[in-house]
Amino acid sequence: MAFQEVIFWVLAVSSVAAALGVVLLRDIFRAALLLVVVFLAVAGFFVMMNAEFLAVVQVLIYAGAIAILIIFAIMLTREVQQGNLPNRLQPAAVLFPVLLLAALVFVAVDTDWNLLQDQSRELQDNVEVVQTHTIGGIPDEMRGDIPGSDRSGLGELLINDFVLPFEIASMLLLAAIIGALVLVRER
Amino acid sequence: MRIVDFFLIILGLLVLFTALSVVVLSLTWLERKFLGRLQRRLGPNRTGPMGLLQPVADAVKLVLKEDILPSSADRAIFWVAPLVVLVPSFMLWVTIPAAENLVLRNVDMGLFYIIAFSVITILGLVLAGWGSANKYGILGGLRSSAQLISYEIPVIMVVIAVAMMAQSLNLIHITNFQLPGIQSITPETARLEAGIQNVPFAVLQPLGMVIFLIAGLAEVGRTPFDIYFAESEIVGGPFVEYSGAHWSVFFLAEYMNTFIIAALTALLFLGGWHGPFNPTSPQWLESLVGVVWFLVKTYFVILVIFWIRGTFPRLRIDQLMAFAWQVVVPLSFANILITGVFMYYGWPWWSLTLMSLTLSSVIGYLIYKHVTAPARKVAEVYNRRRMIERQPRRQAGRQSSGPSAGPEEAVSGG
Amino acid sequence: MPLEAFQVLSAALFCIGLYGVLARRSAVLILMSIELMLNAVNINLIAAAAHMDQTAFTGQIIAIFVITVAAAEVGLALAIILRIFRNRSTVNVDEVDLMKW
Repeated sequence: MAFQEVIFWVLAVSSVAAALGVVLLRDIFRAALLLVVVFLAVAGFFVMMNAEFLAVVQVLIYAGAIAILIIFAIMLTREVQQGNLPNRLQPAAVLFPVLLLAALVFVAVDTDWNLLQDQSRELQDNVEVVQTHTIGGIPDEMRGDIPGSDRSGLGELLINDFVLPFEIASMLLLAAIIGALVLVRER
Repeated sequence: MRIVDFFLIILGLLVLFTALSVVVLSLTWLERKFLGRLQRRLGPNRTGPMGLLQPVADAVKLVLKEDILPSSADRAIFWVAPLVVLVPSFMLWVTIPAAENLVLRNVDMGLFYIIAFSVITILGLVLAGWGSANKYGILGGLRSSAQLISYEIPVIMVVIAVAMMAQSLNLIHITNFQLPGIQSITPETARLEAGIQNVPFAVLQPLGMVIFLIAGLAEVGRTPFDIYFAESEIVGGPFVEYSGAHWSVFFLAEYMNTFIIAALTALLFLGGWHGPFNPTSPQWLESLVGVVWFLVKTYFVILVIFWIRGTFPRLRIDQLMAFAWQVVVPLSFANILITGVFMYYGWPWWSLTLMSLTLSSVIGYLIYKHVTAPARKVAEVYNRRRMIERQPRRQAGRQSSGPSAGPEEAVSGG
Repeated sequence: MPLEAFQVLSAALFCIGLYGVLARRSAVLILMSIELMLNAVNINLIAAAAHMDQTAFTGQIIAIFVITVAAAEVGLALAIILRIFRNRSTVNVDEVDLMKW
């Protein structure tokens, strides 16, 4: 799994560096571009975690649609001339995320996450989890013949167990479209 | 083992890139020659036999030209933009099969992957327009994003209709589904196949293929839809400031995208590598014949695209957007609707063809009436004016030469 | 990869996004930072789901809904930002304080 670790570190370093660039760069257009880099890196993480469908969705929606919307907004609001300035909360705004990061990292490292895995395995003992304590790299015999195959379970869940949230999400999108149209329309 | 796989992938990518470059060179030659013939010219005929070396001469010229960086341009964005356009359109070829066994990586969600990565091209065009710090560039970038996002929707919807019938997003499954006598993929598909008869989707969904071709042309910015880099309106749009090798990268990407649209049309609607003559006994012969069939179909679609380019004038940007949202998008939804109805009730396969043809001909007639309405109005006004002008003259003629002079004489006299 | 690696990464992205939300003046940049935070949450969700059972899809479905809501939110928020810019010709969130007390 050395290959996978190399990919993880490359993606992690690039995504964190790009995210820092998003919030710290003066040029807001370049910040938006770095945001696209973060989105693509996150798609890479999804592939690592065997969520190929989500990776493609991430590329389609985040890198394709949301990034372009944001770039449009930057162009239309003349943000570039003013640049990316800090506001009055700067010191507190540094302190609070750092504290939060410390707390989150402490919790993540200190907790024994394998307990969770064991518990879930007890809950569904018919499912064999072949690789313990790691993420990514499902062995080929569990995948089917083609990489990224058998995503049909996702669709079935979406229209069986999660059909109500699915419909609500579609209504939400419709409402958002109409709301956005009403808001930006010139009278 | 993993490292070997990695190098094999790199090798495959290199081979793919070389093949695509050759294809692009052939496309430029074919386009010039074919357009020339359409316009009763000879086309290139000086460099090499039948002008076959013309693309090579063009490539050498483009590479040797000076690469100019505008002084007020955003340097990093300006240099990155061509790559952002080229890389996704190259990445798409990783999953497009040329024959059943001839694909670099058979992704199960191949169609979805292709749609997702083709969106990134928009970003590259916006970047190119912004980075070159030119008002035409920014205008072209904004236009390109509006156009490409609008026409992305019908492409996705048509692809959904195709995937509904084939019950798969895998390009190999979809293509094999169009061959008679293929084994079914899933039990659900078996029930469906009894109704569909496994004819190419071009027969089942002529409407879908037309929408896919139109929206695909808009996606790659071929001529009726090339308003975002139209030379005579916004002098090249996002590509205004580019020259030399970087401009040729855009050029390469455009032709690659054209080839992708043609190849996808061949795979999704025309049956891909299946043809009347298909030997199955040796593996290599099957692949070879498959590739030949695939290329024949793809180049046929490409010739249609060039034909459209030689025939139709460019749409204005408002006409373009109105056409997308008022005609193509509703039609693509209607296509999904009839496909769904057809599949739910399990009607015989020709009923879908019939519905599709009826819908497309009715809508086509309405569009024709709508588009020609101004011209017909002008003609009507013109005819009425001629009638009015003719009236006194005819009376004058009657007075002079008597009642025997008919209207024919008046017309010929006038 | 251990789960902790993904969680630490997700925490880092989340905190960077939080800093952007708290410390920046431009409304568009705040929106971008919110997108960063949502991405971090998605990584965390999918990592946890993959950690528990690599063949189940429930975690992925929640991430799909997060992405959907993010798309709707970006569309609306950018519309609001454009409207504010047209009315007040600024998108500095320090100056848009009509409903603040």
